Amino acid sequence: MSSVRVLVGTRKGAFVLTSDGTRKQWDVSGPHFGGWEIYHLKGSPADPNRLYASQSSGWFGQVIQRSNDAGRTWETVGNKFSYEGGVGTHLWYDGTQRPWEFARVWHLEPSLTDPDTVYAGIQDAALFRSTDGGQAWQELTGLRQHTSAPAWQPGAGGMCLHTILLDPKHPGRIFVAISAAGTFRSDDGGTSWQPINRGLRSEQIPDPTAEVGHCVHRIAMHRSRPDVLFMQKHWDVMRSDDAGESWREISGNLPTDFGFPIDVHAHEPETIYVVPIKSDSEHYVPDGKLRVYRSRTGGHEWEALTRGLPQQNCYVNVLRDAMAVDALDPCGVYFGTTGGQVYVSGDAGDSWSAIVRDLPSVVSVEVQTLS
Amino acid sequence: MIRVTLPAHLRTLAHVNGEVKLDVAEPVTQRAVLDALEATYPMLSGTIRDQATKERRAFIRFFACQEDLSNESPDAPLPEAVVNGVEPLMIVGAMAGGSR
Repeated sequence: MSSVRVLVGTRKGAFVLTSDGTRKQWDVSGPHFGGWEIYHLKGSPADPNRLYASQSSGWFGQVIQRSNDAGRTWETVGNKFSYEGGVGTHLWYDGTQRPWEFARVWHLEPSLTDPDTVYAGIQDAALFRSTDGGQAWQELTGLRQHTSAPAWQPGAGGMCLHTILLDPKHPGRIFVAISAAGTFRSDDGGTSWQPINRGLRSEQIPDPTAEVGHCVHRIAMHRSRPDVLFMQKHWDVMRSDDAGESWREISGNLPTDFGFPIDVHAHEPETIYVVPIKSDSEHYVPDGKLRVYRSRTGGHEWEALTRGLPQQNCYVNVLRDAMAVDALDPCGVYFGTTGGQVYVSGDAGDSWSAIVRDLPSVVSVEVQTLS
Repeated sequence: MIRVTLPAHLRTLAHVNGEVKLDVAEPVTQRAVLDALEATYPMLSGTIRDQATKERRAFIRFFACQEDLSNESPDAPLPEAVVNGVEPLMIVGAMAGGSR
């Protein structure tokens, strides 16, 4: 029988939530790495027992953990993220140029085919890759050395490379997103990159349609149709049908188009999910109501999903990496909140229940579908 | 033997309980002790000193013999009592509440 394993990163440790395919009864394991910030943990699509975790601390810096047994035991692997070549500079808050400086790993994206290959998106923004299970990390320098890089600037959370999408149909094609630079695509395995932000409009920057400088919060794709991308930007929900060459807005009837996560139904490529947040200065759900919004039409037309979610006095946020879908039928949807709840819907969003309610603030949620 | 105490999170990371004891050739300095510590426990690399610059991380402190040695030169000799193993070099997470 199928089962699911939900990997939850929080401000104070990691938790592993497991259930059979009914997704009704859950076992909770953790905290793993208690007291540490776990920005992200994710399993290898090629070997579900192989997990990677980004563990960090304001005191002790960055640690990378690897598990070969589905999270029962962990071992530390390499944590040396050295920028290659000239470090260069990027735009700082005060308008000056500032050298790139490593802060932490935001996102770990295991290869689709090789358990020992994993990509790391870091702050200050750069993309690293390991081909030996996380022991040694090499920067893919073409991204940070792009001619636009001196114009990249940090968002409020730092200048982070937070999203990495590996194209399952076009070998060597990688999409990344950086706050606040925008979205970039490589067609040659990460050697060279081009900004793909045409159509984005950000009123918060001097040239609202600039090539770079957009605060992209998250992008998502359906693996059967990787040329179609969905984006939650700082403001605006966007869509591209040409691998990022152009974008158009699909915010439609959302109550607010500010938010962080966006994800796609596992079996319906036109069904997408977002969690609208009141504004960039009030990072909580509007009207005290926790509502996931679903579009079954690839955008524009959205419906509020509320059954089982708090509809009064709720003021949580859902961060960019804190939503995931499983591959069961019906599709399961998961998200975690800054209030420490992790919610599951076993019916594609129609109804929800809390798996756990009192974890530390949730930073990331990933799910593995196990047969 | 040089005695070193670690904060709880780093003891967990290094899979050790209590003090760590290290052979360190003279002159015994902060740098020499940390080099020996990281050679013995490679998982601690980058957690006490920056990986690239080897500078002390901002919220790490080095205490010994009731003195704060954090801002001493990493190449300055450590106190005789540390060299003789009478007192430990204490690696401490700074008293800082944090925002989360």
